[in-house]
Amino acid sequence: MRVQTETRSAPAAPAPNAKMVARGVKVFYGAKQALKGIDLDIMANEVLALIGPSGCGKSTFLRCLNRMNDTIDNARIEGTITLEGEDIYGRHVDPVQLRARVGMVFQKPNPFPKSIYDNIAYGPRIHGLAAGRDEMDAIVETSLQRAGLWNEVKDRLREPGTGLSGGQQQRLCIARAIAVSPEVILMDEPCSALDPIATAHIEELIDELRGAYTIVIVTHNMQQAARVSQRTAFFHLGEMVECDDTEEIFTNPRDERTQGYITGRYG
Amino acid sequence: MTDIAERHAAITTTAPNARWHGAAFEARLRRRYAAERRFRLAGLAAVALAALVLVLLLGSIAGKGWTAFQQTQILLEIDFDAAEIDPQGTRDPAVLAKANTMKLIRDTLAAQFPEATTRAERRQLSDLLSSGAPFELNRMLVADPSLVGSKQAVWLTASANVDQFIKGHIPRDVPAAERKVNDLQIRAIDALTAKGALTKAFNTTLFTAGDSRYPEQAGIGGAIVGSLLTLVVCLGLSVPIGVAAAVYLEEFAPKNRWTDVIEVNINNLAAVPSIIFGLLGLAVFLNVFGMPRSAPLVGGFVLALMTLPVIIIASRVAMKAVPPSIREAALGIGASRLQVVLHHVLPLAMPGILTGIIIGTARALGETAPLLMIGMIAFIVDIPQGFTDSATVLPVQIFMWADSPERAFVERTSAAILVLLGFLILMNGLAVFLRKKFERRW
Repeated sequence: MRVQTETRSAPAAPAPNAKMVARGVKVFYGAKQALKGIDLDIMANEVLALIGPSGCGKSTFLRCLNRMNDTIDNARIEGTITLEGEDIYGRHVDPVQLRARVGMVFQKPNPFPKSIYDNIAYGPRIHGLAAGRDEMDAIVETSLQRAGLWNEVKDRLREPGTGLSGGQQQRLCIARAIAVSPEVILMDEPCSALDPIATAHIEELIDELRGAYTIVIVTHNMQQAARVSQRTAFFHLGEMVECDDTEEIFTNPRDERTQGYITGRYG
Repeated sequence: MTDIAERHAAITTTAPNARWHGAAFEARLRRRYAAERRFRLAGLAAVALAALVLVLLLGSIAGKGWTAFQQTQILLEIDFDAAEIDPQGTRDPAVLAKANTMKLIRDTLAAQFPEATTRAERRQLSDLLSSGAPFELNRMLVADPSLVGSKQAVWLTASANVDQFIKGHIPRDVPAAERKVNDLQIRAIDALTAKGALTKAFNTTLFTAGDSRYPEQAGIGGAIVGSLLTLVVCLGLSVPIGVAAAVYLEEFAPKNRWTDVIEVNINNLAAVPSIIFGLLGLAVFLNVFGMPRSAPLVGGFVLALMTLPVIIIASRVAMKAVPPSIREAALGIGASRLQVVLHHVLPLAMPGILTGIIIGTARALGETAPLLMIGMIAFIVDIPQGFTDSATVLPVQIFMWADSPERAFVERTSAAILVLLGFLILMNGLAVFLRKKFERRW
């Protein structure tokens, strides 16, 4: 549930090309406060990396963006998050619809134990995005192509998705998220369970997807953040310490906590 | 330095070669292997013991019961005397069904064994045959009226005592007073056997007939039908209610004090002695709602109450075992909670749910106590035709036969147990088959 708090002293005006805007986002799990008022703009068609030590709240923040925290019983969220200017926690917003607009890729590849085809087709099917079989085939093909998986699986679309390698499974999950044409894709440490080659694949893919989608990626790998993102936000103990161009964060951090983290002094 | 620290220092400073070789090291290794061997042997012994007990149990039941699958029959040359059975010559089925066929049998026996002169002796001869034998002749006549006036060789069911004598359960070499078969009857049996007019055939009565006071006419057909009707009611209620309750509790219910209370109570219900459910059925279904006594409908209700907690618990465990990542994946692309449950959780949990259902059903199939309370222990000869007819079930039939003093009921009790075990094996086999099939699909 969510409580609208009083307007904060100086809410920063959102950047003009912001896709999603978070203002004063606080999250409580029972009595424990996980986020202490986050203000963050997510620009359209950029990759925003969220970095920070374990337990700093970056995954929690990510899960606020598509209301996945709603599924946790004792989670309570304050503040506002807007998508295209519309409050996603507004009363008229259906979280199920929202999650089609803000897709998610998880830490561990989690394909459905169904065929590759059905994995991709599931989202379009439940949202009624395909009018017929041909259209569905087309959605499946383009999604797999965009995820760079088509050439590897086009001859075995009927085989189970769980039979693919870890990296292929993760790309299948990305293709599955793409299939419902989301505007934003959230990625929660998408490469942490993958080997370096599969990781490189995914990173290239993220860079390609940037043109069509807004991407927010949580990562523990600072090289990865530096490689794939345009902007980086550093989280620490439930606060967002700073958010700036990635190059700026990694070469010239303003806060000494950021400095300490990226140089490996803690984390 | 303490003693332990010194020892540790001594160990770590030893050269690796000395640490991993030598007498002390090898003794340690030997002890480890010996311990493992002992453990494996103990496990093997436990399995062997369990298997032995099972073999003994099944062996004793099968050894006692298999003879019941055969029944002694006697071939008699019956003269369907028209003057006797249909004096008016109408060939009316009602007349034929009531014809005095007992006299035909008695006449045939008297002709075959002229040495039986007294009325008592003739009576002993007709006791060779089942008291149901005349009805067999009546049924033949009704089915084929053209038999009237002809002479036919007919296989008739022998009485239970003859049957037991043939099977060796009644010994020949004890004083006549201690035998259920007297000397005259033994002479007649021997004569019939010598002629080839006495043989054992497959006992179809055992599977088609209802209960009877006469063992040779008693069967488990009525009990099997009663069990099936009861299980249909039981499953029809407990599966939808149980799965729906499990889905709600596992996927939708908020986790608070109330759901905790409900959970504790469901677990309690699973452990309540089954007779309590029978009392509940008696008090509520029979006394308050006035439902029919001894009916499969009420039996099914009572068993459904008993099976529900088993199904709910098994279904919840099965749904809990579905990895949360699958739920997140489906939620993450915008599936509603109901869609997550119907498209992903339930199909993945299906093997476990099926196992729970079948285990619950097997328990219900073998349940006796609660059914006694609602009157399903009645002596019922007719095979039930519907859910409200009086009926009994297989385990209750076993219980009633086990109580009967006749020697022939001993083997029938064991035979009924074998049939019940057969059903249970069939059901558990089906459970394994379905589980395998669903697992392969996913």
